[in-house]
Amino acid sequence: MKFVLPAVAATAALVAPTLAEARQVTFETALKRYGGNGAYVVLYVTDAAGAYKGTLWMAGGKAKYYRHLSDWQRASGGRATEIDGITGASIGSGKTLKITLDLADAMIDAGYKVHVDTSVEDGMDNPSEVVAPLAAAASGKPFAGKGYVKSLTVTF
Amino acid sequence: MLRRLHGLPGVVLALGLTVVAVTGAVLSLQPALDRAAAPAVPAGTSVAGLAAQVAARHPGISAIRQRPDGSLTVAFDDGDARGVERVDPATGTGLGPYQVPETTRFITSLHRSFLAGDAGRAAAGLGALAMLALSVSGMLLLARRLGGAGALLRPIRGTPAQRWHGELGRLAVAGLVLSSLTGLWMSAGTFGLIPEAQGIAPAVTASGGTPAPVGTLAALRSVPLAELRELSFPDPADPTDIFTLRTAAGETQIDAATGAALAFAPATGLERINDLVRTLHTGRGAWLLGLLLGLSSAAVPMLGATGIILWARRRAARPRFTANAPARGADTVILVGSEGNSTWGFAGTLHAALTAAGHRVHIAAMNEVGAAHLAADRLLILTATYGEGDAPASAKGFLSRLARVPGRPPVAVLGFGDRNFPHFCRFAQEVADALEAKGCPRLLPLKRVDRRSAQEFAQWGQDLGAVLGHDLTLSHVAEPPKTVPLVLAGRELYGEALGTPVAILRFQAPRDPRTGTPGRLPAFAAGDLAGIVPPGDTMPRFYSLASSTRDGVLEICVRLREGGLCSTFLHALAPGGAINAFIRENPAFRPAAGRAPLILVGAGAGIGPLAGFVRANAEERPMHLYWGGRSAASDFLYEHELAQHLAERRLTSLKTAFSRDVEGGAYVQDRIAADAPRLRELLKQGAQILVCGGRDMADAVTRAFEPVVRPLGLDLATLKSCGRYVEDVY
Repeated sequence: MKFVLPAVAATAALVAPTLAEARQVTFETALKRYGGNGAYVVLYVTDAAGAYKGTLWMAGGKAKYYRHLSDWQRASGGRATEIDGITGASIGSGKTLKITLDLADAMIDAGYKVHVDTSVEDGMDNPSEVVAPLAAAASGKPFAGKGYVKSLTVTF
Repeated sequence: MLRRLHGLPGVVLALGLTVVAVTGAVLSLQPALDRAAAPAVPAGTSVAGLAAQVAARHPGISAIRQRPDGSLTVAFDDGDARGVERVDPATGTGLGPYQVPETTRFITSLHRSFLAGDAGRAAAGLGALAMLALSVSGMLLLARRLGGAGALLRPIRGTPAQRWHGELGRLAVAGLVLSSLTGLWMSAGTFGLIPEAQGIAPAVTASGGTPAPVGTLAALRSVPLAELRELSFPDPADPTDIFTLRTAAGETQIDAATGAALAFAPATGLERINDLVRTLHTGRGAWLLGLLLGLSSAAVPMLGATGIILWARRRAARPRFTANAPARGADTVILVGSEGNSTWGFAGTLHAALTAAGHRVHIAAMNEVGAAHLAADRLLILTATYGEGDAPASAKGFLSRLARVPGRPPVAVLGFGDRNFPHFCRFAQEVADALEAKGCPRLLPLKRVDRRSAQEFAQWGQDLGAVLGHDLTLSHVAEPPKTVPLVLAGRELYGEALGTPVAILRFQAPRDPRTGTPGRLPAFAAGDLAGIVPPGDTMPRFYSLASSTRDGVLEICVRLREGGLCSTFLHALAPGGAINAFIRENPAFRPAAGRAPLILVGAGAGIGPLAGFVRANAEERPMHLYWGGRSAASDFLYEHELAQHLAERRLTSLKTAFSRDVEGGAYVQDRIAADAPRLRELLKQGAQILVCGGRDMADAVTRAFEPVVRPLGLDLATLKSCGRYVEDVY
């Protein structure tokens, strides 16, 4: 099963002001069959200097577990406003999270990176287990994670 | 109302609650198993000490957690190896990877959410609410049935389903209430109905110095390992990151270079409540409580099954009336006070018989009493009594309504009850008194029917017919019984010389006509009742059984009654002759479990079940039999068998009284009075008294026992209510 989220409203800073300057980007995060409860997965973007720019999607509804997504927590400050309206269910073992959204052209090939933090109850916390560049050359290439993520594929 | 809240919802929810309860019971074993498996945390070890030992093996350690069962796990990412492993709290050595078994995860998920995500979680939460409602309403119903909250621990009488349901219910109720309350709280937390408990950790600035070895950090050295909940390590790539230590007391942020506590956020009150609730619900960290809760939950499937049986029986007993005349214009109105619907059955029979006799009969619940009912030519009230003399469900509002409604029709009241209860038909008496006070002429005196006796009901019908000036035959069959054929295998006849013949009759199941193998008897025990339907009649007569299935025969004692259809038929039966019979359980009249002495009292054919109890007494429990007959020479039933039981110590003592014997005729109650000191001694040892025989004998025995028990500070009402004085009277 895939979670398809057409035209998601990501954090305002990331979304293109008009469609003319935007490009549709698909983020596909496939999880390994790790055999455990649903994983909390967060996707967020940092700029060339490594500074947090905004969150794309938070999979997992209980705020009390967000502290286990430690890189995201530290970068974003863990504020509820950061994920307002872009929160969904946790992702089961072996399942894939697919989100599609319009990103400003200016963010492509400008040193921006997408990070994935994951965490599973009774298991590991994996801060920034995948870090993939938002670069045209990397489009469609899978990046392997070191924790629960089998691959992250960003397609322009 | 209470019963409606308990009955149908219970039936509907039984399956779902069974899933939650059974999975809960399985999970309840985990804390005890974990405790047995988890190595003990040695006293004197600090968090710093263990952290240093583990960090030496795992450079990429990210967190150490202590689970509620006391076991320690470490999450690490050393680059080449990563994962979660269990560690020995004493040495910090690895004990293998930590993995929750797939089956445990599956059962947990089934328990929390029926494997159906948030919708299932919501259903499980509502299930907890339902369990709470069923537990509370069930206890209220049981208390009402047994005669008040103070009587909740009394023995429960009734059919096996009723007893199992009641016994298991009161054993499990404390655990079920605790489990459902804590489950509700956790469910409310899951759905955000309870605010997030965690306090916000204050923002702190780390010194940024070179990290010191973890074993040297002061704020970790001062905390005993036993208090650790979780220690998360700083990100090695971030020099400003800190240690976070969580204990029951709260959360401390610790500088990685100086080892100083930078900030402390104490656990909020809500957090502490959540911790307590989690412990009480899961038993994690309280394994014994967990096992007790698991046992309570394990009772749920049985409670569901017996509950469904009880509900279905009550539903089947609900009568369906054909041709109920309108209240206005009816000449006869029947009002019914019923708790469990059995009185409705009798009322239905009465309704049909009166309608067949040409009356316009309206039937209604007592609660519905109105002016139209009291305008009829006559009012017939059939009512049960509930618990300690209370009104049954369909008559709760009767007395208060009656006072406001005009009209004074002639009235007859028929009460249904059980003589073994101290307040036999008390509500019927109250109703009769209230009607008399209102000025209603009495059509018939108050009549009490003991344990749904169809004979007593038929007798009342004859009396009513006499008043109405026509025949009225009330043949009430509660549930058409399914009879089995039996054949007479042997008979002994006593008392012929006195003109009062009593026969001991032994029946067997007929042999299979083709194979010749003996047939199987139905299941019964001494003290149960055999219902026998004489040829050409529909109403069964009941005889107390003197044997059990394992004796291989169905044995009864039958006195020949003048004009008695069934006793005449049975006395005339030749060996090999066939009867149709069924078993009705009589759980109230049975020796209580245990080794306490039994005092058995009977007269005439009433010896039957008492002899059966003695015969089954292989464990030589003290049994003292008092029996009265007419003449030792003529009607000493079971004389030889009893002598043998005495020799084999199945029977401890035997006192007989013969009323027609020349030298000082005496009755069984005389023997009771003469033996008062010995009987008192037995009662002090917790003896139970079982009386079987005719009503007059039973009343005389009751009067004889009063002065026996009074010096002990007891009275028969108390003994009866706790099942230590039981009667089987006809």
